[in-house]
Amino acid sequence: MIKITFIGPDGKKHETEAQEGMTLMEVALKNMVPGIEADCGGACACATCHVYVDADWVAKKPQLTQRSETEEDMLDFAFDVRDNSRLSCQIKVTDDMDGLIVHVPEQQG
Amino acid sequence: MSNAPVTCEALIIGAGPAGLFAAFQLGMAGVSSHLVDVLPHAGGQCAELYPQKPIYDIPAHPRITGAELTDRLLEQTRPFSPLFHFNERATSLRKLDNGRFGVEMDSGLAFEAAVVVIAAGGGAIQPKKPPLRGIEDYEGTSIFYAVKDKAAFAGEHIVVAGGGDSALDWAMELAPEAKSLTLLHRREQFRAAPASVRRMRQMVEAGRMDFRLGQLRQLIGENGQLRAVRAANGRESFEIPATRLLLFFGLTNKMGPLAQWGMEMQGGLIIVNTADFETSIPGIFAIGDACVYPGKLKLILSGFHEAALMAQKACRRVHPDEHHTFVHSTSSRLAHKPS
Repeated sequence: MIKITFIGPDGKKHETEAQEGMTLMEVALKNMVPGIEADCGGACACATCHVYVDADWVAKKPQLTQRSETEEDMLDFAFDVRDNSRLSCQIKVTDDMDGLIVHVPEQQG
Repeated sequence: MSNAPVTCEALIIGAGPAGLFAAFQLGMAGVSSHLVDVLPHAGGQCAELYPQKPIYDIPAHPRITGAELTDRLLEQTRPFSPLFHFNERATSLRKLDNGRFGVEMDSGLAFEAAVVVIAAGGGAIQPKKPPLRGIEDYEGTSIFYAVKDKAAFAGEHIVVAGGGDSALDWAMELAPEAKSLTLLHRREQFRAAPASVRRMRQMVEAGRMDFRLGQLRQLIGENGQLRAVRAANGRESFEIPATRLLLFFGLTNKMGPLAQWGMEMQGGLIIVNTADFETSIPGIFAIGDACVYPGKLKLILSGFHEAALMAQKACRRVHPDEHHTFVHSTSSRLAHKPS
């Protein structure tokens, strides 16, 4: 089991268990993590599943901040986009993500 | 004072794939439909959010775009001549003494329907609003999500935020009449058509408009009158004069007033039974992404299935005294009417 923690804008922690191959967005929806809306259902077409990858994890696994061109385009629809911004539907959970922490922004849209 | 309501058999709320196919299935079952949608056209989310993105899980269509799917569904409903009412947002519903439903739109348009089919997806599609403090105070006076009247922008300090075609097109269109115009975008790359981006850069070089890299942080003004916006690019923060702010951050959907109509809900979605997709209020049905039941999948094809079963029950509610027999489309004369 891969443990993933979503931290809300209020600092509240939502600890979830994920399986390899799921997207972070699916993990969030399955566990009803507040603030991940995922309007489009994972088609990379809405930017309402925006998350920030925790700074420690960016250092540990820099490829976590690699965004595709489509994702970069969609992030134009997000607010307060930072270097560690990702759309959670575009992150596939792998074994080496056990313990991953991501932060949920104040508002998706 | 409201106008006399439009009387109809079925009122379908939402003209996306589920709503359109509901009109077809209701037509097959001998029920006529009116459809309302908050958008100015049919197709819902798949026409608005991803018209050019291919969909791969529609049976018998290995690959079809949202726009094509919408066109074909419209063609399919044509034999039954459903009536469409666009730019209408359903706000209230009440049960009338005659057993029918009174449904009102925010425009004042009202319907009296024997059955109501909610095919509203995730809710009414509306512009995304940035999380800026006090933004509501300026909406409609200084802050806009679309341009309805160009004259309202003439002689103003305009900031246009966004990087797609709408943002660039409006920036270039409004710049000549503006006192100043600044396009604000978070990066040097744009999603807009390359030709528009070239033209925009030429206008910036010629001093006919400005471009700033950055993201909105704060609104500055009072009494609904915006004076400036504060933006930031990394650690650098700066102010831009702005008496008009145009925001293009795409669209999102919100269930809105529908959620208060009294149906039993779960997680913002409408609970239905899977035999006939009726809600906890007899005569009100919910299909597509708007409904929830154990095992629900938010797939377009699930919406089609739900529409078919809904129609079998809805026709009995609309015409309780008639004998209803299920007819396959291959033997139905109704579906063959030349369009």
